[in-house]
Amino acid sequence: MTTTSNAPAPRTRRRGGRGPAGNRGEAVAGWLFTLPALLIIGVFLIAPIALALWVSFTDWNGRNSPLFNDRVDVVGLDNYAAITTEDSLLRELFGRSIRNNVYYVLLVVPLQTALALFLAVQVNRRLLRAKGFFRTAFYFPSVTSSIAITGVFLFLFSATGVVNRILAFFSVQGPNWFADPRGLVHIALGAVGVGGAPAGWDAPGFLGVSAWQWIAGPSVAQSVLIMLAIFTTSGTFMLLFLAGLQNIGAEVGEAAVMDGAGPVRTFFSVTLPMLKPTLFTVLTLGLIGTWQVFDQVYLTRGTPAAPTLTSPAYLAYNQAFEGNEPGIAAAIAFILFLIIIAMTLIQRFALADRDPSGFGRDRRNRRAVDGGRGDGGMAQGAARVQAGPQSGTGGGLT
Amino acid sequence: MRHSTKLGSVALAGALALALASCAGGGGGAGDGETAEPETGLELRMLIGSSGDAETQAVQAAADAWGEETGNTVQVVAASDLNQELAQGFAGDQAPDVFYMGWDQFQTYANDGFLEPYAGDLPNAGDFYPALVDTFSFDGEFVCAPKDFSTLGLVINTQLWEAAGLTDDDVPTTWEELQTVAETLTEGDVVGLSMGAEYARVGTFMQQAGGGLMDGETVTANSPENLEALEYVQGLLSSGALQWPADLGAGWGGEAFGNQRAAMVIEGPWINGALENDFPDVEFQVAELPAGPAGQGTFTFSNCWGIPEGQDTAETAQSLVEFLTSDEQQLAFSDAFGVIPSTQSAAATYAETYPENEAFVAGADYAESPVAFAGAADVVTEFNNAITTLDGADAQAVLDQLQTQLEAAYEASQG
Repeated sequence: MTTTSNAPAPRTRRRGGRGPAGNRGEAVAGWLFTLPALLIIGVFLIAPIALALWVSFTDWNGRNSPLFNDRVDVVGLDNYAAITTEDSLLRELFGRSIRNNVYYVLLVVPLQTALALFLAVQVNRRLLRAKGFFRTAFYFPSVTSSIAITGVFLFLFSATGVVNRILAFFSVQGPNWFADPRGLVHIALGAVGVGGAPAGWDAPGFLGVSAWQWIAGPSVAQSVLIMLAIFTTSGTFMLLFLAGLQNIGAEVGEAAVMDGAGPVRTFFSVTLPMLKPTLFTVLTLGLIGTWQVFDQVYLTRGTPAAPTLTSPAYLAYNQAFEGNEPGIAAAIAFILFLIIIAMTLIQRFALADRDPSGFGRDRRNRRAVDGGRGDGGMAQGAARVQAGPQSGTGGGLT
Repeated sequence: MRHSTKLGSVALAGALALALASCAGGGGGAGDGETAEPETGLELRMLIGSSGDAETQAVQAAADAWGEETGNTVQVVAASDLNQELAQGFAGDQAPDVFYMGWDQFQTYANDGFLEPYAGDLPNAGDFYPALVDTFSFDGEFVCAPKDFSTLGLVINTQLWEAAGLTDDDVPTTWEELQTVAETLTEGDVVGLSMGAEYARVGTFMQQAGGGLMDGETVTANSPENLEALEYVQGLLSSGALQWPADLGAGWGGEAFGNQRAAMVIEGPWINGALENDFPDVEFQVAELPAGPAGQGTFTFSNCWGIPEGQDTAETAQSLVEFLTSDEQQLAFSDAFGVIPSTQSAAATYAETYPENEAFVAGADYAESPVAFAGAADVVTEFNNAITTLDGADAQAVLDQLQTQLEAAYEASQG
């Protein structure tokens, strides 16, 4: 430091000034500038997560602070054991909530993604009239509160609700939607003559839920919630796909037409691969959102089919505030967290492996190519978004 | 140098986080100081689960009257989700000074040592209904003073009753008569009887049969008496005379009754307000629940005035509760929002003032509180699910499963 500052040549000094000393100043300034964000993230994100993790290892009963409290004992993995290995009602409740949520995710994520993509392609067509109207209409359910929509659905699908009236008009007797706990797979099996559980399928299995119950499929009540979720979230994801579609230049489509590809072939071989980064985002957000489903479950608690609607997130709430078992609730939350992480990793792996464009056989190479292309696409997209409103040529979201 | 700066920043952030954490931990005064006399000039916070504006205003008015008398102020807060807001208050060391404590959560809270056991010291401790004292006792100690109570009765639609050619003499007093009139009343769209598909309704039949889920310290869920009760209910279901509200397109018994889809329902006094608001044209009367093989039986539901354990304000809050549970004040609450007073003398006055609710008051003599020990809620919810599909189910299997689960839960709550 002293040597550089004592250096005689102004050129050298200037260079020296930008050396370690300047770096240090920048570092301090950098930390200062990020400090508010770090504090906010620390206090509202990191600290609560750390505290929840701590609570999941204790028998805290919800009174006073869980830290520095003589009445709180560390119980190790007991809370996790209670919901995974112990033969108890709680484990069965947890198992059932996982079962319900698995079917919910399996149906909602692919269907909402497909519907969102379909809607995005439709409202992206050049020849479509009243584009603005359709885009607003499809997006509208997303901006409405999910509690309000669930409330409306409860009325629509009641035993004598609008849906059943319409079905009755076509001489179809609709089910008592929210009061029907029968699984769809069970109903289908019943229709082909398998009325009850085959021998041995009734014994408590994984997480205390019998095999017969694991294959039950979503209940009739659950399928209403599935429809609701698809209805409300497709609009949001349509917006993401729309942004992705507008990043694909018109020349790409023209080139495909010149090569003799029809609209279907163009969509699956050109458009879809180019939408892959968006697809990954949509699938990831969809997975996380569906695994954390709570509002709809909370609002339908107490309905006759409620046990087929529970989700781990709701069970955590229930254990914390109705059962005064914050430790169990935190344990459920962390298992849910692990599930979501695992699902996202699996999905990432699956999407990365099925690259039909066939750039290289070495995965590392391919990833590098993908990454480069992805970044290019993003940069291009950003440029287009910025240029869009000024240049006035098509591509704005309005 | 660079490294040390980085470290310094990290240390600074860490210190700040720690400071914040200690603020969170150290704030809020855990009461150590004991006060012998009720103080003046205190500001108490009261958290209630209100049924509506009428209740909130009446409670605030009563609290204000007490405050004027004693020189304190009370802030009444109506919770939108009482359990959740209470739990949050206790976790943050900011529990309200007085709050509604529901019968279903009482044992859980008492078990965790959240509640100040003050009720035994109240001058009017001996005036409450014994069943209510029982409900709000933990380990043999009377913990908190019951605010009011409700029992279940048989609510009858008098228009449908007369249309079916029935008279006052036909009001059922036994299970056989209940079955007969329910079948008579079942016609077309109307079913004779409905009630919530839950333990809090079906359990009354168990009591009438001489059973119950618990007998003292023993779980007796799969007793022959309970089986008899469930089989009787199954008989009603299979004859079509009893249907659950959900099957009638209603959210609860009162709605099915108001829509005239059910001629009789088993509900509590809260149905008065609901019918008055939503279905003012429905005429009805209330009878006591019919007796089973072992006599009469009904459930009582109640809230008590909870006071958090070990707070400085406990003495003052206790004097407020004493004021609120006085006969005079309880009757004022009855006038305002229709609850039945929790003391025997006030309830007798209430029955005279509101003869149409006499049956609900009469039930208090033999009513029991539903089983609600800490950890029982999950098991009861499971049982409720089984009741939804009771028609055609194996009643013995349902009870056996209930027995196993309840035994496990009870053992856990004792350990």
